[in-house]
Amino acid sequence: MEAPKEKLKLAFYWAASCGGCEISLLEIGDKILTVVELADLVFCPCLVDTKYKDVEAMPDGYIDVAFYNGAVRSSENEHIAKLLRQKSKVLIAYGSCAMQGGIPALANLYDLKQIKHRAYHETQSTVNPDGVEPVPDCATNGYALTLPELYNTVFKLSDKVKVDFYIPGCPPARETTWNAIEQLVTGNLPEPGGVLGAGRKAVCEECPYEKKETRITEFHRPHTFIPPDNEQCLLEQGLVCLGPATRSGCGAQCLQAHMPCRGCYGPLPDIQDQGAKLVAAIGSMIGGTGEEEITGIVNQIVDPAGTLYRFSMADSFMVRRKLDG
Amino acid sequence: MADVATADVNMEKGAAPAVKFEPRIIGFLCWWCAYTGADLAGTSRIKYSPNVSVIRVMCSGRVDPSFVMKALAGGADGVLIAGCHPGDCHYINGNLKTVARFPILRKILRDFGVEDERVRLEWVSASEGDKFAHIVNEMTVDLRKLGPLNWPARMAER
Amino acid sequence: MANRVTIDPITRLEGHGKIEIFLKDDGSVDNVFFQVPELRGFEKFCEGRPVEEMPRITTRICGVCPEAHHAASAKACDAVYGITLPPTAAKLREFQYNAFYVGDHTTHFYALAGPDFVMGPDADPAVRNIIGVIGKVGADIGKEVIRTRLEAHEIAGMLGGKRIHSVGMIPGGMSKGLTNPEDHKRALEICERFVEFAKFTIKIVDDIVLANKAYVDLILSDPYKLVVNDMGLVDENNHVNFYRGNVRVTDVNGKELHKYAPKDYLDVVGEHVEKWSYLKFPFLKQRGWTGFTEGTDTAVFRATPLSRLNAADGMATPLAQAEYERFYATLGGKPVHSTLATNWARVIELLFAAEAALQLIKDPDIIGEEHRVIPKNVPSEGVGIVEAPRGTLTHHYITDEKGIVQKANLIVGTTNNNGPIAMSIKKAAQGLIKAGAEITEPILNMVEMAFRAYDPCFGCATHSLPGQMPIEVILRDSTGKVLDRASRF
Repeated sequence: MEAPKEKLKLAFYWAASCGGCEISLLEIGDKILTVVELADLVFCPCLVDTKYKDVEAMPDGYIDVAFYNGAVRSSENEHIAKLLRQKSKVLIAYGSCAMQGGIPALANLYDLKQIKHRAYHETQSTVNPDGVEPVPDCATNGYALTLPELYNTVFKLSDKVKVDFYIPGCPPARETTWNAIEQLVTGNLPEPGGVLGAGRKAVCEECPYEKKETRITEFHRPHTFIPPDNEQCLLEQGLVCLGPATRSGCGAQCLQAHMPCRGCYGPLPDIQDQGAKLVAAIGSMIGGTGEEEITGIVNQIVDPAGTLYRFSMADSFMVRRKLDG
Repeated sequence: MADVATADVNMEKGAAPAVKFEPRIIGFLCWWCAYTGADLAGTSRIKYSPNVSVIRVMCSGRVDPSFVMKALAGGADGVLIAGCHPGDCHYINGNLKTVARFPILRKILRDFGVEDERVRLEWVSASEGDKFAHIVNEMTVDLRKLGPLNWPARMAER
Repeated sequence: MANRVTIDPITRLEGHGKIEIFLKDDGSVDNVFFQVPELRGFEKFCEGRPVEEMPRITTRICGVCPEAHHAASAKACDAVYGITLPPTAAKLREFQYNAFYVGDHTTHFYALAGPDFVMGPDADPAVRNIIGVIGKVGADIGKEVIRTRLEAHEIAGMLGGKRIHSVGMIPGGMSKGLTNPEDHKRALEICERFVEFAKFTIKIVDDIVLANKAYVDLILSDPYKLVVNDMGLVDENNHVNFYRGNVRVTDVNGKELHKYAPKDYLDVVGEHVEKWSYLKFPFLKQRGWTGFTEGTDTAVFRATPLSRLNAADGMATPLAQAEYERFYATLGGKPVHSTLATNWARVIELLFAAEAALQLIKDPDIIGEEHRVIPKNVPSEGVGIVEAPRGTLTHHYITDEKGIVQKANLIVGTTNNNGPIAMSIKKAAQGLIKAGAEITEPILNMVEMAFRAYDPCFGCATHSLPGQMPIEVILRDSTGKVLDRASRF
């Protein structure tokens, strides 16, 4: 791969994130040396010394490529998203949370009040007789202190700023990260808003299991069921698997460990709502004749909202549970 | 043959008359049965609430659950899916896919806080114009009671 | 109005954090606040989720130590269903867990704590980073560090599918066994190298850290001492164990205060709330919240590698045990309250994890067929506890009879140390920022060291990036005018 003439300026920022995306960078192993030859990390709170005010002082478009991972669920997350958009030529949503909200977006089934109530009042180990609750304006005993504002809703990055490309995964697998870096460096880019580093077909393409075109007559849960056919597609045998609507590129790692896919690589191209598409797909695989039997079978699926939208709730049409009042 | 049952909004004594909320229902009707049945309601001059915007599909099995969600997210107060009775599907078992998908969709919508009355799956044959009218009237009354869903406005709050 | 010094953002930390230092008029430290500005709400949004999905959901609490949550969650699920794992399943879990520890502790020692530890706190910032470490110990070590991490992840991938955010631990055992002889051979090879690498790391501590008297003095010095209680998981012999056992709490003199089974954690641990941080402050419930205080009566406790060594009677493997004894002999007996000694304790744990992994991979049960059992009982409630690298980790689930989570309570590793971190920063700042004196770069680093010893959940520095944490200390008068500024970047 030819090196560009001058070093690229990169930024890597984490919002409502777990840190897994940062760790995923190390998965490329010795190849990180190549990255360091080609690029300077000009902003990355976890690694280098640049502060927010230094980013603010940069000219617009100074950063060549900024990778933003984590979902947007606070005023600080949003502020940095907008700042990086302004200061970067290319802004990439790295990982599932930035792309679709990720696991943190499961909080969209609740609101902030409920979350804070659970955390600060109701949890069995919490001892809070005065009902204290952390708030953005938290001046205490004359000390002027603040915290960022938390939002009711977890957003994906593109809800707040224009995103140029996506790198999918929770976290992106080694090959995906490296392929994406290669695409960026060589300029072999998809259409704007496209996905880097991953495939265009479903996880089923990479899956070690085999489709036998049988219909689902019963649903099971992974911990109470060992599929009788150890070669056949897990979904066909009744274990909910999100593979059919999920983009490949991960090597079907979960399936390699005999566990069904939970969709972290996001939707296939042209799917607008990953969870709804899975309802469609699973619904077309059901056996049985007649309404009652079919209904009985699909009612065995537990927690469809939290399973079919495990990583993608902020990216669905409806985004969240209705807020009251 | 049901006449239109318009439920007047209760007015408090002395209050100015409230604007009656007109629910907006998106109806996905399969051509072979439900759409033809709706046509029959029309040609039979059966009066029913004008609250449905009809989208004709070839089969209720064509209705991707994401259509329902997109409609609700886009501002619909309710969604109706109407197809052939099971066993009568022009494509043999297209409506059975709908039968399978609907309960899963229903559970998800409940988790999103969408009341059951807002999304309905009904079987309407080509000769059931009266049934179609009745369903629309009933849904309109139910949705008036529930009030607007107004999803876009809700999402504008964070 | 007091002058104020803000350190924002903290870096080399899981997530976000900031420090506010308030100064008196004479320039000495009045008060210090360590604030955690984020909350994602796992304890709420896990309600309604099938309990068997929890080991796949809760890994996303932390992508640096996902196995910790994965294991605690799987154990909680086992308890929810009242399952006892067959030997193969239990050992596979413990094996994966120890391999994970080797990778995680390696990262933190070399990339984060290493530079201070190896180069010394007064070293020129230009070399007080991983490059300096490599220069001092040899160029190949960087490659060895990467290799160790990757091999730990390789084992994770073998057993758990994904290398980050493992999926293999399930209620009842493991979704996959280690029945493939090629995999087993490779795992054995890796574990043998782990032990050699751990021994080498101990040698670095000896030759470079302990041989430097000034550094040993620093470790033992007062600004870095925090006299609070200690917590750690111990096995049936009261030896340190990361995966199984009961939780032991010892007081500031090393006397046992509590030893509780996971299901009894609520008798011992409470969480206190402050308005100015989204993260709660665990404390010893039976004493009541005593505030941010040290000494014999405090309710504050630490859960760190140092605490684990203090709370236990020894290590279960021979090489680590020898190091354990040497540790206390060098530092003046048990318990040790010197925060910086945590970095050394971490390396002893690294050695134990490597030895334990090697023992387990050689155990005949490890390649057994019975890697999972199907839960039979009606699910209800369960607690799972492991030692995350950063501290004792508790997952507590209540489910309905279908196994759908109704309530979840989580006390996460670093959370235990929220109070101690705040106190350590304050002590270091108070000890080092003097009335009327200039705030210099070494002072910044030394405040940082008090914090860094807790192993902020993120040591992601690679071998070529600078290892210093960016700190800018801005001194303002009461009108907000900048009086002085010292920074390291």
